Amino acid sequence: MAGKIKSRTLAKPARKTKRAAPARGRKSANNLVLVSTRKGAWLFHGDAARKNWRADGPHFLGQVINHLVLDPRDGKTLLAAASTGHLGPTMFRSTDLGRSWKEVTKPPAFHKAAAGEKGRTVKHTFWLTPAHANEPGVWYAGTSPQGLFRSEDGGQSWEAFSGLNDDPQYRAWMGTEQDGTPDGPKLHSIIVDPRDPRHLYFAMSSGGVHETTDGGRNWSPLVDGMAVVEGFDAKNLAFHDPHCVRLCPSDPNRLYQQNHCGIYRLDRPSKNWKRIGQTMPKEIGDVGFPMTVHPRDHNVAWVLPMDGQTVWPRTSIKGEPCIYGTRNGGKSWKRLAGGLPKTQAWWTVKRQAMAADGGDPVGLYFGTTSGELWMSRDEGEKWVCMAWHLPEIYAVETAALG
Amino acid sequence: MQVFIPTPLRSYTVQSFVEAQGGTLAALLADLDRRFPGIRFRMVDEQQQIRRHIRVFVNGLQVFDLAHGLQPADEVFVVQALSGG
Repeated sequence: MAGKIKSRTLAKPARKTKRAAPARGRKSANNLVLVSTRKGAWLFHGDAARKNWRADGPHFLGQVINHLVLDPRDGKTLLAAASTGHLGPTMFRSTDLGRSWKEVTKPPAFHKAAAGEKGRTVKHTFWLTPAHANEPGVWYAGTSPQGLFRSEDGGQSWEAFSGLNDDPQYRAWMGTEQDGTPDGPKLHSIIVDPRDPRHLYFAMSSGGVHETTDGGRNWSPLVDGMAVVEGFDAKNLAFHDPHCVRLCPSDPNRLYQQNHCGIYRLDRPSKNWKRIGQTMPKEIGDVGFPMTVHPRDHNVAWVLPMDGQTVWPRTSIKGEPCIYGTRNGGKSWKRLAGGLPKTQAWWTVKRQAMAADGGDPVGLYFGTTSGELWMSRDEGEKWVCMAWHLPEIYAVETAALG
Repeated sequence: MQVFIPTPLRSYTVQSFVEAQGGTLAALLADLDRRFPGIRFRMVDEQQQIRRHIRVFVNGLQVFDLAHGLQPADEVFVVQALSGG
């Protein structure tokens, strides 16, 4: 299907840089969990055992923080994508782990439309991705409505990346505000191949998964094998709704995806997503938002099933929250709910709000729509609640501090 | 001229009234942004539209057009229309 859709040649290519070896798993160190919420951000500092946690926050009380990310290349620069219900979006930067923040000089913004044409405005920056290890200070940002931006100065100033934002075909695939997520359609899951800074992926809700191998000069859709909602035409990329795509650090040829319509795996160079969610129990199904992968084992991934029946309640299934994990690339799944509420817990978890750390065993973290932060020190077997009564959690990230 | 700044934007100005100059609203906002970098984009989007929840009053009358002319003695109030939860 997508084979018929030609690659799009866009604007100038990014500069080529040296290839780097894939990032290695992190050693145990002091742990940091970065929590973005609808009313501010919190940093949770944990000891090496991940047992004792200190909450640092709120930062930006009352501002919507969509994503808060630590730059793994310098271990100290934080970027926070912020907006409020009432002011235009912006971004803040800290180089001292949040002790002080400075607003960036030029947040992402679309080009001004020509006279007589209707231009787009960035409602908020939704997703932040540090670029390749060999590109210090370079970041990518995905916005709502869908836009792709790049900064080459540590997030201080942002420019549209690659001509995609104004490309007529991509604009058609982005659809309208009506086609997207309730709080606006999003460009997300910006992924940089650890072997090659010119090889990038991103996803759009709605608009499909896309790839470039030449630093953004050409983009190709990567949606073969992905289902769309019954009654829609899978040939139209505007109907494809990937919720979260992750690349395995231990095998950059493997990607996992949680889609509106199922769980998928892609093993490059294949371009055909294989649906691996059909091995989930029938009563659970394979709808959800987050997708989390193991830092060192490409056969291990975790999802958080959500009720996508009937009118899409977007709650846990039957009020009984659970994680499902696979240790064989999706051939089978195991329910992981030890310590989670057994009944009458109707929260769910947004696409950016589940993350793994680099510890051994891997620590897993997720933040709920009801403002609870949960963690597991044993790859999902047993869960404990780290914090509750926070505002609605939008994103959870982890970092190890040396 | 004196410009009133609403509380959500006082992280930029600290003061509730600040001094800025300009023969039009656009010029005034550009001057404000020079004095308080970043403040303009929180009020005006990249398509040069005043953002949905920002209201600007000149001598008590709401102004919608950035080309609106201003006199040195005008009183400009920027107000935040709050909504939502």
